Amino acid sequence: MVENRPFLNILTHLVLILGVLVVAFPVYVAFIASTHEPGAFVRGVMPLLPGENMWATYSQMLGSGWQVAGAPPVWLMLANSTIMALTIAIGKIAISILSAFAIVYFRFPFRMLAFWIIFITLMLPVEVRIIPTYAVVADLGMLNSYAGLTLPLIASATATFLFRQFFMTVPEELMEASRVDGAGPMKFFKDILLPVSITNIAALFVIMFIYGWVQYLWPLLVTTDEDFYTIVLGIKRLMASSDRVPAWNLIMATVTLAMVPPVLVVLLMQKLFVKGLTETEK
Amino acid sequence: MASITLEGLKKTYSGDVQAVKGIDLAIEDGEFVVLVGPSGCGKSTLLRMVAGLETITDGTLKIGDRVVNNLEPAERDIAMVFQNYALYPHMTVYNNLAYGLKNRGFKKAAIEERVRKAAKMLEIEEYLSRKPRNLSGGQRQRVAMGRALVREPAAFLFDEPLSNLDAKLRVQMRVEIKQLQRRLKTTSLYVTHDQLEAMTLGDRLVVLNGGRIEQVGTPMEIYARPASMFVAGFIGSPAMNMVPIEYLSSHGAGELLADLPARTDIIGIRPDDMRLTPPATPHLVVESTLELYEAAGAESHLYVRLSESDQPTVIRVSGQPPVKEGETLRFYVAREALHPFNGDTGKRTG
Repeated sequence: MVENRPFLNILTHLVLILGVLVVAFPVYVAFIASTHEPGAFVRGVMPLLPGENMWATYSQMLGSGWQVAGAPPVWLMLANSTIMALTIAIGKIAISILSAFAIVYFRFPFRMLAFWIIFITLMLPVEVRIIPTYAVVADLGMLNSYAGLTLPLIASATATFLFRQFFMTVPEELMEASRVDGAGPMKFFKDILLPVSITNIAALFVIMFIYGWVQYLWPLLVTTDEDFYTIVLGIKRLMASSDRVPAWNLIMATVTLAMVPPVLVVLLMQKLFVKGLTETEK
Repeated sequence: MASITLEGLKKTYSGDVQAVKGIDLAIEDGEFVVLVGPSGCGKSTLLRMVAGLETITDGTLKIGDRVVNNLEPAERDIAMVFQNYALYPHMTVYNNLAYGLKNRGFKKAAIEERVRKAAKMLEIEEYLSRKPRNLSGGQRQRVAMGRALVREPAAFLFDEPLSNLDAKLRVQMRVEIKQLQRRLKTTSLYVTHDQLEAMTLGDRLVVLNGGRIEQVGTPMEIYARPASMFVAGFIGSPAMNMVPIEYLSSHGAGELLADLPARTDIIGIRPDDMRLTPPATPHLVVESTLELYEAAGAESHLYVRLSESDQPTVIRVSGQPPVKEGETLRFYVAREALHPFNGDTGKRTG
């Protein structure tokens, strides 16, 4: 299958470079726009080289935000988003790995029923049941809180399902060997199953972190207090000014900053992430 | 070390599937017993019941003087070697060996001492800091044995431990397991479907079929006097030839077979008992056509068809006799080498 012909090499590289350009160019433009003065971006000719305004723009957004548009400082929104994404990712993994453990390794009445009930929540994401979920969260007094932001998003079946599938591929003898070796169920979970699943956990963490990071609709509903605004929400607020020229430099600075944490997470966990998706250590 | 006693042991799965239909067996202290049978005969289930990995539907299981029916595997003081080794992939060899001891609250120094000792015995000392994925099949097998060894249990349970190895390594490990068991004198229960493995390893064999014991005995007892056609066909390779008694008596062997019990209608003849030269003792003579000549080094297998019959038969002879395919062969079977069976019950008649 793997051919080594110069023509094909050039062609594949060309396709790859084209793809990268298509994806990366808008990001580059966003960054460039954030380094010019506000009007530069809408003047008709887009600048393609960095301007001199970079430090001013970024320090304004990070420091005080843009009060006119009702956007708090970016660092606060970044912190909120980080807390939210981390809580969702960790919470999801913790809950789903335990429930998958229960479903795969224990024989209890209505086990399959429990699994299918978890499974059908896949078909009912937050967006579909947003009004009732909002009502529940409001009744519990969790509006404008991290709990309200994260809890409804933590409860979902995707991760449970993935861990279940993974656990079912772990040889049963591993569990039996640990039983003979005197390990109880939780000890087996902690000493054997968790370390064996580490790459899967890492892969799921990356996916879930980004899932939490890009949440828009739910934070929009449950937060009215600026202190709980997430970064995605902030970007929207900066843009949603009908009677003003949008300050593209500020918006794009925020966009650029918003990209940094997910990129960092992906870069730092890339090795484990790829491993988790492609190979399993069994 | 301890004896293992099985009394009326039964296993019924949901849906009334009986995997083990009442097994009585007494394994003496220090004995090496091999459970052998075709796949689905319940041998693995039986072993797992002894290990505590399967519940016991009915009957009593004793290890030593203790009834262990409802004890967890860890409380039964047994160690098990699994078919696929079941090594903990994320732990080093050292930790694989030490894990069971750690769980039992052994002190660090005691663990170290035992692990070193077992590693030395199995010659895996230099791999102690490696992970299982960096070991070859044979080395993993040793580690799996080491994990059983360090615990110094009352009994070893082996679940087809050699079936994942290549043929050469299998023979080597077989010898090592035997030597190890001789040295340690630990009661061992070993499951295999390989009759050669069973013959060479066991002090006693238990031949299982359909969840029941067909025959118990030393390997040579079973080989020399199989209690049923099933055992006769299972132990020994190539398998015993089964010839209808009418064929033999109508081809000039009537007198010779007259003193066999009346119920006998099938005669079993081992491939090695068919000779190309007549023995001095009373014997029968059978004519056949050679269909396939299989030379296997020190011995040869002759696949023949009996004359005036479509009965396929195998003959094993040492060396390479000067015969050709298509040739008519005459072979001789000593009277005492005949195994009389009843075809309906499948049992030996005399």
